[in-house]
Amino acid sequence: MPTGTTIEFSHIHKSFGATTAVNDLSFTVEPGRVTGFLGPNGAGKTTSLRMLLGLVAPTSGTATFGGIRYRDLPQPLHTVGAALEAASFHPGRSARNHLGVYTTAAGLPRTRVMAVLEQVGLGAHADQRVGGYSLGMRQRLGLAYALLGDPGVLVLDEPINGLDPEGIKWIRGFLRAMAAEGRTVLVSSHLLSEVQQSVDDVVIIARGALVHLGPLASLETDAAPQIVVDSPDREALGAALTAAGLTYSVGRTGLLVAAADPGSVGHLAFAAGVEVSALHRQKAGLEDSFLALVGEGHTL
Amino acid sequence: MTTLGNTIAAEFAKLLTTRLWWILALVLFGYIGLLAGGLAALFAGISSGAISPDAAGSSGSGGLPDFGTLPPLIYSFASSVGYVFPVLIGALATTGEFRHQTLTPTFLASPRRGQVLGAKVIALFVVGAVFGIVALAASVGLGAPVMNAFDVDPLLTDSATWALIARTVLAMGLWAIIGVGLGVLVPNQVASIVIVLAFTQFVEPLLRLAASFLEVTARIGNFLPGAASDALVGASVFTMASPTGGAAAALDWWQGGLVLLAYALVATLGGYFASWKRDVT
Repeated sequence: MPTGTTIEFSHIHKSFGATTAVNDLSFTVEPGRVTGFLGPNGAGKTTSLRMLLGLVAPTSGTATFGGIRYRDLPQPLHTVGAALEAASFHPGRSARNHLGVYTTAAGLPRTRVMAVLEQVGLGAHADQRVGGYSLGMRQRLGLAYALLGDPGVLVLDEPINGLDPEGIKWIRGFLRAMAAEGRTVLVSSHLLSEVQQSVDDVVIIARGALVHLGPLASLETDAAPQIVVDSPDREALGAALTAAGLTYSVGRTGLLVAAADPGSVGHLAFAAGVEVSALHRQKAGLEDSFLALVGEGHTL
Repeated sequence: MTTLGNTIAAEFAKLLTTRLWWILALVLFGYIGLLAGGLAALFAGISSGAISPDAAGSSGSGGLPDFGTLPPLIYSFASSVGYVFPVLIGALATTGEFRHQTLTPTFLASPRRGQVLGAKVIALFVVGAVFGIVALAASVGLGAPVMNAFDVDPLLTDSATWALIARTVLAMGLWAIIGVGLGVLVPNQVASIVIVLAFTQFVEPLLRLAASFLEVTARIGNFLPGAASDALVGASVFTMASPTGGAAAALDWWQGGLVLLAYALVATLGGYFASWKRDVT
């Protein structure tokens, strides 16, 4: 069984001309867990992963696997499996030949090709030209490439993009199983909801810099709860809240009040003689905390 | 382990698992076969009297070769005209990596990029040499029987002919490396193909013709890649047709080979720094 090594980003920085893509990013990814690498599109996720894999040279800083840079790994495909984008294929080559090329390059046994194609569910399409593959099949082929060397570390960039619901369910189970075997799994996404069912830890970046790091559950505790209150006469309710010095915003199901206790809001409405039709505490969703962290103005 | 041997084997696998190589080889065979067979029939026909020079339209131009050298001229069509094919496969094999973003899986499997480019150069040299054999199969395989039919000695027992054949194979291999070099210098596939076709079919023939009118420029013109290739092979329709006869100023075959090799290495090294070792995004 391959053992996972830690992934270490240390003060990594990348500028393209005057534009800073990644700014002093440091974090560690542990084996045996699935780590979600999250941030809006353009936050620097792909650039960070490409620096980790030696495809993009950092302006400064290092990204290593247990202290070893990718290009210094003696058997890179056996240590790290990476799937970056869904289009790194020659369209005229079959899946079997595509994987065969890199099996040869890495000196891996040829039997790995069919093994990984079966593993990702493409066994029946091995001899079909990749140009005719759907986006979902290309994602699976990218994943098959990552698995060629039976690596201890998996680095997957947006692996859920383009998958059908069945594929999404499959990859969630797959990621959990990989981590359960002791492998290090780093998976990026611009949507928390896509990966929140499969990740243990989250690393969130925005505009190239780290904004949150920790177990998934830590996202919930970061967010302040809100009270949802509604009335047939929303104007009167709003006036009563303002008079009591509370701020609110208008939500889809009622007024969202930044207060800790539903009782106090109910009492306030009662005292003002406003009929209340709904009153409950709403814990901000993970997605809301995520959006708050990555900042407004970043439409996903 | 990602040894050089593995990397070279992977580069061969890349070439052989798409249709490009045999389509180009097929077109090369047909093109050179038609040209060599047709012109062998024309020239040999004239020399044997089966076709009258007037009928052939060569009204006293003096451009007709000395028929003692007809076989080398016909055989050298393999490289003097066919050299665009190894350049094309070299350029396409290299620019395809950029176009289809296969540099990513390539560099993930073999992170030492210099080794990958070296492996590509070696694999393409071999494929270019094989293209040379295909082109010779057309120029010799069709040209010789045609000349024989017109009672012109195809010189197949002459060791000079076989030396020419061997040097043609070498030249075609070097041309494929020049294609790799062009591909890394100009990674845009469309731009690369346009440059190959424009340069080989138009710019260089014109430059060589223009340079051949004066002694000084003719000497410089010898260092053009096509002229160097023809010097390496030892015969070409271009040198035969040039006003000064070409032979006066032509490079020795080994000098031509070194000039061609220099083009290949300079382009490849330049491309390594210009694109190959850059960020893959």
